[in-house]
Amino acid sequence: MRPKLNLLDAKLVDRILEEAFELLERIGARVGSADAIELVGAAGARIEGDIVRLPRSVVRHALQSAPHEFSLYSRSGQASVHYGGDDVHFDPGSSCLNILDSESQNPRPAMSEDLVRMIQVAEMLPEYAAQSTAMVCSDVPNEIGDWYRLLLVLWYSDKPVITGAFSLGTLQTMISLLVADSGGMAALESRPRAVFDVCPSPPLNWSEFAAQNMVELARVGIPAEIVSMPLAGATAPVTLAGSLVQHAAECLAGITIHQLAKPGSPVVWGGAPAIFDMSTGNTPMGSIETAMLNLGCAQIGKALGLPTHGYLVASDARQIDAQAGMESASSALLGALAGINMISGAGMLDFLACHSIEKLVIDAENIGRARRLLKGVNGSGETLALGTFAQTAWKGDFLKLKETRTLFRQEQHFPSQVIDRTSDPNTPDILARTRDRVHELMQAYERPKIPSAVENALLKIASEIERSIAFEHLPGIETCLTPH
Amino acid sequence: MEPDFSAMRASIVSGAPETATALAKQAVAFGIPALDAINQGFVLGMAEVGEQFARRQMFLPDMLASAEAMKAAMSVLEPELMRQGAERPNAGTVILGTTKGDIHEIGKTLVGTLLTAHGFKVFDLGVDVTCDQFVEKAQETHADVVGVSALLTTTMRGQKSVVEALGRAGLRPTLKVIVGGAPVTRQWAQEIGADGYAKDAVNAVALTRGLLEKKVAAGDVAV
Repeated sequence: MRPKLNLLDAKLVDRILEEAFELLERIGARVGSADAIELVGAAGARIEGDIVRLPRSVVRHALQSAPHEFSLYSRSGQASVHYGGDDVHFDPGSSCLNILDSESQNPRPAMSEDLVRMIQVAEMLPEYAAQSTAMVCSDVPNEIGDWYRLLLVLWYSDKPVITGAFSLGTLQTMISLLVADSGGMAALESRPRAVFDVCPSPPLNWSEFAAQNMVELARVGIPAEIVSMPLAGATAPVTLAGSLVQHAAECLAGITIHQLAKPGSPVVWGGAPAIFDMSTGNTPMGSIETAMLNLGCAQIGKALGLPTHGYLVASDARQIDAQAGMESASSALLGALAGINMISGAGMLDFLACHSIEKLVIDAENIGRARRLLKGVNGSGETLALGTFAQTAWKGDFLKLKETRTLFRQEQHFPSQVIDRTSDPNTPDILARTRDRVHELMQAYERPKIPSAVENALLKIASEIERSIAFEHLPGIETCLTPH
Repeated sequence: MEPDFSAMRASIVSGAPETATALAKQAVAFGIPALDAINQGFVLGMAEVGEQFARRQMFLPDMLASAEAMKAAMSVLEPELMRQGAERPNAGTVILGTTKGDIHEIGKTLVGTLLTAHGFKVFDLGVDVTCDQFVEKAQETHADVVGVSALLTTTMRGQKSVVEALGRAGLRPTLKVIVGGAPVTRQWAQEIGADGYAKDAVNAVALTRGLLEKKVAAGDVAV
């Protein structure tokens, strides 16, 4: 039996949803996009300026057309991420500005080369089912910062991508890159490689960019992932239950806009909810309440039959230390037990302000443990122990038994050398062990074989836009290009 | 008929005693020198197992199965070796045993199998071995190394008794003592006056080699 954790009882799930519907009906959401307002208005919403009050029949109708599951595909066409049911996947945290320098272990602005290294390491770790556009590179102009991340991921990875646009103009560029990568719009729609995070602004505010983003994504059929971020006590009710209501209302409003733009387009019930720390004013991503909010949000999404996402495995520690290990390990386990389809956040430190390749590698160990837990205890053998004892009785030589050799790999999870089990006082510390592992992974990495027509199409899109802003470099890629 | 050394090697890596026996018998039947079958076939398999174990691609149950396969092949080839008057060059003579009161043998047996594979002449005294038994065998065989295993914190003290007994018998100047077992540490080895400690069987081979090289350098061993 696979272990499962439900944080909320059925009655509380109903109450949360009931209040969320009521909130949208009575208070309403603010929607900034004229396109979106027109869509919900035509469907029966009451519009007052930018306030949209959504009757529950309209929301219910949208929920009916939202798909219960969909897959993301690798470049080779494998459905390697399945959004739906209790399937669990992990990806690195997104859009970080700083990197913890691998040598000095001090934070500094992230560069293209850092993102390339992180993509390469994540590519080699099976614990990460998807890549993310993990960092905003400081050596690339702001205007192109969002799509340039995606270009680097497509250039160095075969895996599906969790991404997101910073503006409507660049959203189109990112879609063009994905179309070029898939070899056409139809191919991209039938086998989407990426999901786009879209963030409403708490409380209950779908800005022009966010709402229009949902409309555009729905129309082209690229999956959208709602990342609602109630901050309990600051931009959302202080109670966890109250914040869950707000999260649900924001997601319901987003899904309504999305499904009205194109019924049946894939959409994820996701979020990055957190509490507000009342002594520092920070947003602790590693707090237990933040994990509880994520679990609660996902449970509500599941009650509606929707694919789910959460933001866990991140820590607020500024270094790779015991706090980082503790916070990330516990939230990885909790997220996995809750059956959240996509769990973002691995590798991140310092309230999502800093990424670390070394932490990403340590978090892969956390994920490996969580995956083992999800496999549960296998009781399917004809006997559990009687058959074994019939072979060895009191001798105790279990290590020599054929069944031991046949079954130990299924029973035990094998961590990498990052986890010390040597009992050797001379074993290097965890940072040194992790650096060794990073080195090994980088050595084993090989860039995927991408058809040159695809490469050329990607570069053409990039260089045309770059020329328009008089930026003529391809940081992180130039070294791969052979001069013609 | 060409000897299939790679199949011999593979039978050890995959831990298949029946296949290893069959291949050893086949080698004998085809007139392949036993020494060639050992050195160019089976031993290379055991060496690969050691490497894969160190890289965490193989684990203890795999290594035990490989050790069984190695034993199976050697039980066919060793009598043949004697019949042919051939001898493997001896990398050193090692006595192994688990201390008095302790019946754990897996770790020690693995060490023995790996040492044998690497050209050492190993006398395995088994489990629950008294100090006198260690001393007698070491004298009888002119051993270079005595390896004492213990799996319990209580029987670990027995390692100290063995070191002392070998000392009383006047063997310590030319004889190296190595210790191992779950509770054993490098510090404990130093404390009881042993010459070395290894955390697992693969490291025990490197340790034994290293100790004997030092002995050779000091002129203790005739080679």
